[in-house]
Amino acid sequence: MTKNNQNSDPDKTNKALDIGNSRRAFFKNFGLIGATAAAGGAAIYSGYKYEESKPNHDFVKVLTADNRLVEVPRDQIKDIKVDLTRLQLQGREGLKGHRWVMVIDLSKCRNARKCIAACQSAHHLRPYEYHINTLIMQEAQNTPLYYMPKPCQHCDNPPCVAVCPVNATFKRQDGVVLIDNERCIGCRFCIAACPYSARMFHWEEPLMSESDKGKEYNIELNVPQKKGTISKCLFSSDRLRVGKLPYCVSACPNGVYYFGDENQDAVTNGTTKETHRLSELLRVNGGYHLMPELGTKPRVYYLPPKNRLFEFKNEGRNEL
Amino acid sequence: MASEVNTGFLHDKRLDSIATDILRPVGISKGFLIWMGFLTISLLGCIYAYYLQWEKGLIVTGLRDYVSWGMYIANFIFFVATSLVGMLISSVLGLIGFKWIKPIARIAEIIAVAFAAIAGLVIVSDMGRPERLPYVFMYGRIQSPILWDVTVVTTYLVLSALLYFLPLIPDLAISKGRIGHTPKWLQKTYEVLSVNWNHSPQQYKILLKSVRILLILIIPTAFAIHTVTSWLLAVTLRPGWDSTIFGPYFLTGAFVSGSAAVIIMMYFVRTNYKLDKYLTMHHFDMMGKLLVLVSLVYLYFNINEFLVPAFKLKTADAIHLHDLFVGEYAPMFWSVQLLGLIIPIILLLFRFFRKPLPMLIISIFVLVASWFKRFLIVVPAQENPFLPKQFVPHAWMVYQPTIIETAITMGTILLAVIIITVLVKLFPVIPIWEMAEEKHAGKNDEHQKSSTTSNL
Repeated sequence: MTKNNQNSDPDKTNKALDIGNSRRAFFKNFGLIGATAAAGGAAIYSGYKYEESKPNHDFVKVLTADNRLVEVPRDQIKDIKVDLTRLQLQGREGLKGHRWVMVIDLSKCRNARKCIAACQSAHHLRPYEYHINTLIMQEAQNTPLYYMPKPCQHCDNPPCVAVCPVNATFKRQDGVVLIDNERCIGCRFCIAACPYSARMFHWEEPLMSESDKGKEYNIELNVPQKKGTISKCLFSSDRLRVGKLPYCVSACPNGVYYFGDENQDAVTNGTTKETHRLSELLRVNGGYHLMPELGTKPRVYYLPPKNRLFEFKNEGRNEL
Repeated sequence: MASEVNTGFLHDKRLDSIATDILRPVGISKGFLIWMGFLTISLLGCIYAYYLQWEKGLIVTGLRDYVSWGMYIANFIFFVATSLVGMLISSVLGLIGFKWIKPIARIAEIIAVAFAAIAGLVIVSDMGRPERLPYVFMYGRIQSPILWDVTVVTTYLVLSALLYFLPLIPDLAISKGRIGHTPKWLQKTYEVLSVNWNHSPQQYKILLKSVRILLILIIPTAFAIHTVTSWLLAVTLRPGWDSTIFGPYFLTGAFVSGSAAVIIMMYFVRTNYKLDKYLTMHHFDMMGKLLVLVSLVYLYFNINEFLVPAFKLKTADAIHLHDLFVGEYAPMFWSVQLLGLIIPIILLLFRFFRKPLPMLIISIFVLVASWFKRFLIVVPAQENPFLPKQFVPHAWMVYQPTIIETAITMGTILLAVIIITVLVKLFPVIPIWEMAEEKHAGKNDEHQKSSTTSNL
C-alpha cells in the first residue's frame, strides 16, 4: 500500500488504487468474514467442548494416603488398577508412625469363637485352619481352666523371621509380622521355629482358590491364599490401612479384645469401642506376655483371667 | 597317603595280577542289568508318588501344622549323616597314617558322593513350592541356617566328588588297555576320564599334593555340614531340639551310620567281586573296632542328651522324654538304642563278631536304627509344642506317615543305591595303583631289610 501511494501519476494511481482497493477490500472483507466464520465455528466448537468438559461441581470427600481429607470433583475420579508391585511395596513398608498392639482380656473370653469365624471368612480359610485359635488352658492341676485366644504374637524378636531363608516372612516398621506367599518356598522352618504354634501351612489347595483365581495378591490380607505356602495372623493389616479394627477384634461379642497403637498409648475395645490408655489398662489389670522367658518380645498382651463374669463350661470338646 | 610315589610299581609284574583281580567284575553283567532294572522300575513307582505330591500338595503326606517336618527331614539328616564317613576314613584316618584304609577309602568316598548328592534332592521333596528353589539363591538371607546348609552341602559334595575322582585317574589309565571285556562306550569313557594320564612322577606329585589339600579342606566342611544340619533343629525353641550339644551329637551319630554303611558295602564288594584278597579279615576287624569306637562316643553323647534333661524334668522336657521313654515312641526308642547302639557295641568287642558275616548283620541293624534315630529326633519334639493342640481334626494331632510319603523316601534311597551301583560296578572299586604301589614298596622294604640283616 505505501508503495502505491508513492506513484507519480495520481489519477492513474487513484484508478488503479480504486481497483486495487476494491479488490483488496473484497479480499479484506472476505478474509474478515472467513475469519469471523472460522472464529465463530471454533468458538461454537470450543464452547461445545467446554460444555462437555465443564465440571459439574459435584465434589467427593477423599482420604489421601497421608491421612488428609480432601475434596475431589466426582468426575475427576479415575479408578487406578491396584497392581501387585504397589501392594507388595506398601505391604512390606507398613504404616509409618504406628506400633500396633493387642490386649486380650482373658477374664471376658467365653469361647464364643466369633473372632475365629470372622478371621477365617476374611482370609478364606477352612474351619480348622487358624490364624487365631481359642485354647482351653490350665496353668497347674489346682488352678482353674480358662479360655485363651491365641493369634500370632507379632514378636519384636520373631524367631520365624530369623530362620526364613528367602525373606518371605518379615517384620514391618509398625510391628506387624507378615508373610509373602509370592515368595514363600514352603520349607516350614518358621513353623518349626514358632513357639506359639501360630503359623499354618496350606497342605492342599486353599478353600477358595477357584473363586480367588485372577485376584491381585494382597500381602496385607494374604488373599488369594496359595497351596504350599505359609499363612498366619496379619493383625488385619488391610483393615489397619483404612483405619478400622482387625476382623477378630470387631467380631468379638464379649469385649475380649483391645487394639491400638503403642505410640499413642491408646487401645480401643472392639466390642464397646471404648478407648483406654494402654499403660493404665496393663497396670490396673496386671497385663503380661505369653512365655516371656523365651525372649520373643510379643506385641500381644494378656490380662489375667480373674474376676470372671461367667462359669467355665468345658464341654470336653477340643477336637474338630 | 605317602608324600611321594615310587612309579616303579608300574613295571612290577604284580600290577598285572592286581589289575586283573580288580577289573574282572568291571563291566555290564547280567546280574547288573537285572539289579538296575529292578531299581529303575521301583524308582518309577516312587517318581509317580512324587508326581501325586506335586499335583495335590503335601496333603498326601502325614504332615500337618503341628508335626510339619517328618520323614523327609529325618531322611535328609540320615543322608547327610551317612555321607560324612568319606571324611572320617579318607581324611581323619588317612592323614593320621593308617595304611589299612587304602582299599576302603574309595568305598567310603562313593558313599559320601552318593548320599551327599541325594541329600539335596531329599530336601526338595519336603518343599511346599519346589519350583521356587531358585529363590534360595535369588533372595537368600544369610542369617538363615538353611542358607548355611545349602552352601556347605554343595561344597562337601564337590570336595567328595574330587576326592573320589582324582585318585581314580591313574587307575583309569592303568585300566585302559585291560578292559577289553567291557562295552566300547565304557572303554571310551575310561579314555576320556583318564585325561591323558601317563604316570609321570610329576603327575603323581601333583595328584598327591591336590589330594592332600582336599583331605584337609574336607574336614572342616564335613564338620560344618552336619553341625549346621543339627542347627536346623537346635536353633529353635522347641523342647527336645533346644540343645547345645546337637552339633557333636549329630556328628558322632553320623560316624556310626557311615561306618555301618561302609561295612555293608565292603561285604558285598568282597563276596560278589571275589576281592577277599584286598578286603581281608584284617580290614573287617579294623572296621569293627572303628564302629565300636564311634558308637561308644555316640553313646556318650546320648547319655548327655537324655540323662541331663531327665534329671531336671522341666515341664516341656518331661512331656517329651515321657513320650520317648515310656510313651508312644518307647518301642521305637528302645529298639533303636538297644539294637542299633548298645548290643552292637557289646558284640563287636568280641573278635568272634568282627568277621564279615556277623558284621554285615550288625551293620544292617545299626544303619536301619540310625534312620529311625533321626525320625525320633525330628518327630516327637513337634508332637509336644508349648501350647496345647486343640480344635483340630484328630489326624492333625499325631503324625502318621502315608504310603506316598514312604514311597518318595524309598525313591531317594533307591537313587543313592543306583549311584553306588554304577560307581562300584563300572569303575575299579579298589585303588589298583595304590595296592600295586604298596606291594612294590613292601618288596623293596623286604629287600632293604634282608640286606641290612645280612650286613649285620
